Amino acid sequence: MGVQAQVTNPKIKIERVSKLFGPDPQAALPLLDTAATKAEIMEKTGNVVGLRNVSLEIAGGSIFVVMGLSGSGKSTLIRHINRLIEPTAGRILVDDTDVVSLAENALRDLRLHRVSMVFQNFGLLPNKSVLDNVALGLRFAGTGNSQARELAMQQIERVGLKGFEKQYPRQLSGGMQQRVGLARALATNAEILLMDEAFSALDPLIRHDMQAQLLELQSDLNKTIVFITHDLDEALRIGDRIAILNDGSLSQCGTGEEILLHPADDYVKRFVQNVDRGRIITVAAAARPVATTTSAEISSDKIAPLVAAEGAQTVFIVNDAGQPTGVIPITSVEHHAGAEDSFWHDPKNVLPVKSVSPDTILADALSDVAESEAPVAVVDEQGRLLGAVSRQSALLAMAGTNGPSEDMV
Amino acid sequence: MADNFPDLIDMRAVRSGIDSWFNGIVSSYGQALETAFLPVLRLLNGIEAFLLWVPWYVLIPAVALISFAATRDWKMPVAVIVMLFLTGLLGLWEPAMATVALMLTATLFAIVIGIPVGIFMSFSNRLQSIMLPVLDVMQTMPIFVYLIPFVMLFGPGKIPALLATIVFSVPPLIRLTNLGIREVNPEVIEAVTAFGATPMQKLFAAQLPLATPTIMAGINQTTMMALSMVVIASMIGAGGLGYEVLQGIQRLDVSRGLFAGLGIVFLAIIFDRLVQAYGKRVQKHLEAGNT
Repeated sequence: MGVQAQVTNPKIKIERVSKLFGPDPQAALPLLDTAATKAEIMEKTGNVVGLRNVSLEIAGGSIFVVMGLSGSGKSTLIRHINRLIEPTAGRILVDDTDVVSLAENALRDLRLHRVSMVFQNFGLLPNKSVLDNVALGLRFAGTGNSQARELAMQQIERVGLKGFEKQYPRQLSGGMQQRVGLARALATNAEILLMDEAFSALDPLIRHDMQAQLLELQSDLNKTIVFITHDLDEALRIGDRIAILNDGSLSQCGTGEEILLHPADDYVKRFVQNVDRGRIITVAAAARPVATTTSAEISSDKIAPLVAAEGAQTVFIVNDAGQPTGVIPITSVEHHAGAEDSFWHDPKNVLPVKSVSPDTILADALSDVAESEAPVAVVDEQGRLLGAVSRQSALLAMAGTNGPSEDMV
Repeated sequence: MADNFPDLIDMRAVRSGIDSWFNGIVSSYGQALETAFLPVLRLLNGIEAFLLWVPWYVLIPAVALISFAATRDWKMPVAVIVMLFLTGLLGLWEPAMATVALMLTATLFAIVIGIPVGIFMSFSNRLQSIMLPVLDVMQTMPIFVYLIPFVMLFGPGKIPALLATIVFSVPPLIRLTNLGIREVNPEVIEAVTAFGATPMQKLFAAQLPLATPTIMAGINQTTMMALSMVVIASMIGAGGLGYEVLQGIQRLDVSRGLFAGLGIVFLAIIFDRLVQAYGKRVQKHLEAGNT
C-alpha cells in the first residue's frame, strides 16, 4: 500500500517500516493497514503513529530529501537508518545489512564507520573545543589522539573553519557551529550522511550559503545524503529526489520537477503552492507545440491554415533535418495575410531563431524569452525542433496553470 | 488526660521489638563495625592532625592562594586572610581545624557515595522512584534521630558524628547528580549515541561534563549541610566549633557561643565561595559569549 519508490542502485532500502509510540504498539499495528486515520488509531489504542508502512529506496551518491510538516514522521524516519529509533515493524537495509537485527557491537560499528549524522541544533559538546568535537567519532572508534586530531583538522579546513579549532562552540555563530557539526560527520569518513533539519535553525542567508557549501562538498565527496527539511525551496535546491511524508505515510517520492508538476494529492499540492516554480521547472514544461513548414513550401496559403488549425502562436521554418531556421510570429502572419509568397522568402521578413535545450531551468531561459520578439525554440541535442516557449506559456507554467502540454515530446 | 485515639495495637510491644532487634545488632555487629570504620577514623584524625601541624602563618596564605587560583581576583583572598586571622584571634584555631577536618572527610565520603548513586539513579526510572522518597525521609528526619543508632553502634565519638554528618549531607548531592544528568541536552546525548559511543563513553564524554554545573551545586550544598551538622555532631563528642557552641549553651556563656558561631560562619563563607569559584573555573567554556 502507499507510494513505492524504487531506484537502480539502492544504498539504503526502507521496507514497509512502521513505528508506533505508545503503550502497546504491536496491538495497534494491524490498524495501520486499514483506512483508520492517525487520530482514530490514537483514540482507539492510545498509540501515536510515527511511521506507516513507509517503503523507500535511496540511491548511493545522491542527495535524498525527506519533507513534511512537523509531526509528519520525517525525523522519526531518518533515525531508523542508524537505529536511534527501533521500528515497530519493517526492515531497514544499509548496503544489504539489516540494521534492525544488528547486535550491539555491530550497530556501534555501523554508527562509527558507515553512517554519520548532523543535527538541527548541532548537538555539539559545549565543554570541548571545535577540534575535539570534530574528532569525537574518531575518538569513540579508538583512533589515537594525535591521528584523530590530524584527521579532524583536515575536515575543519574542508568546511572553512581553519583558525577556529581551539574555540569552544559557544564562541561561534550558528552557521559556524553547524559547519563544526558537518565536519564532525565527515571526519568518520562514513559513506552515508544523515542530516536532520541541519540548516533549519540558521537564518536564511546563512542557510543559503550552507546549502551551496553542501552541494560543493557533495560534488567532491559523492556521499549518500539523507536530508530532512520542512522547507520546500531547500528540498528543491539540494535534493536529487524528494519524498514527502504526511502523518507518517509516504505521499509522494520523485524529483523536484515531478512533484511540482504532478502533485500526488492535496497535501503535496498545498506544499508546492507557494514555491518559486521558475527555479525548478524546466523549459520542457513550458514549451508548446508549434506549427512548422519548410522553406521550400512556404506561402501565405500554407501558413494561414497552419496557424488556425493548431492554435499555434508561431510558424517555425525548419530544414530537412528538422532544425529551425527561422520563425514567423503570429502577428506577422495576421498582418501580412495574403502577401506574395516571395514576401515569406525574403529573410528580412523572417525572424532569426533563438533556441534552448529542454533541460534548461525556466528561470535561466526567461531573459531570452522576454527579449525575443518570437517564441524561443526548444531543440534537442541534434538541434531538432521540439516546441517553443512563448512569453505567455512561460508565465502560465510559472503560475502553475500550464495546460495539458508538459509532456510535449 | 484525654485519650482520644484508641490503642488498636500495643505500641509498647512494637517499640520494644524494634529496640531489642537493634540491641541485637549492636551486640553482635557493634565490635565488627567499629573495626571496619577504623580506617575512616584514621583518615579523619590524619586530616585534623595535618591541619594542626601546619603553622597558621603557612595555612592562611595557602588558603588565600587557593582562593586566588579559583577566582583570579584579590578580593576573595583578602577576605579569606581576614576571616581566618580573626578565627585565630578569637582563640578558635584548634576547634576550627577539627571542624574543617570533620567537614572535609564527610564531604569526601558524600562525594564518593553520592555521585555514583546519583548516576545510577539517572539511568533507571525505577531506582529514581524508589530513591526520591528515601532522600525525602533522609532530609526531613530530625538530625537528632540519626544520632541515636549511630551512638549505640559506635559509642560517643567522632565516627558516629562523621556518619551522621554523611547521612545528613549526602541527599542533595545524589539529587542534583541525578537531576544534572537527566537534564543534559537530549540532542547532545543523541549525537554522541549516533557517533557510536559506548554507555561509558557517553557518561564520561557527555553526561558528566554537561551535568557538572548541577553536580557542583550539589557539592556546595553538601559542604554547607555538613558544616551545619557539626554543631549537632559535637553533642556526641565530635569536638570542634560545635563543642564551643554547646559549652556556650550549657554555661549560658553568650560570648563563647557568639564567637564560635562567628567561626562557623567564616568557615561557611570560605568554603561556599571556594566551591562556587572552583565550579565556575571548571566550566570556563560557559562564560565565552556568542561573538
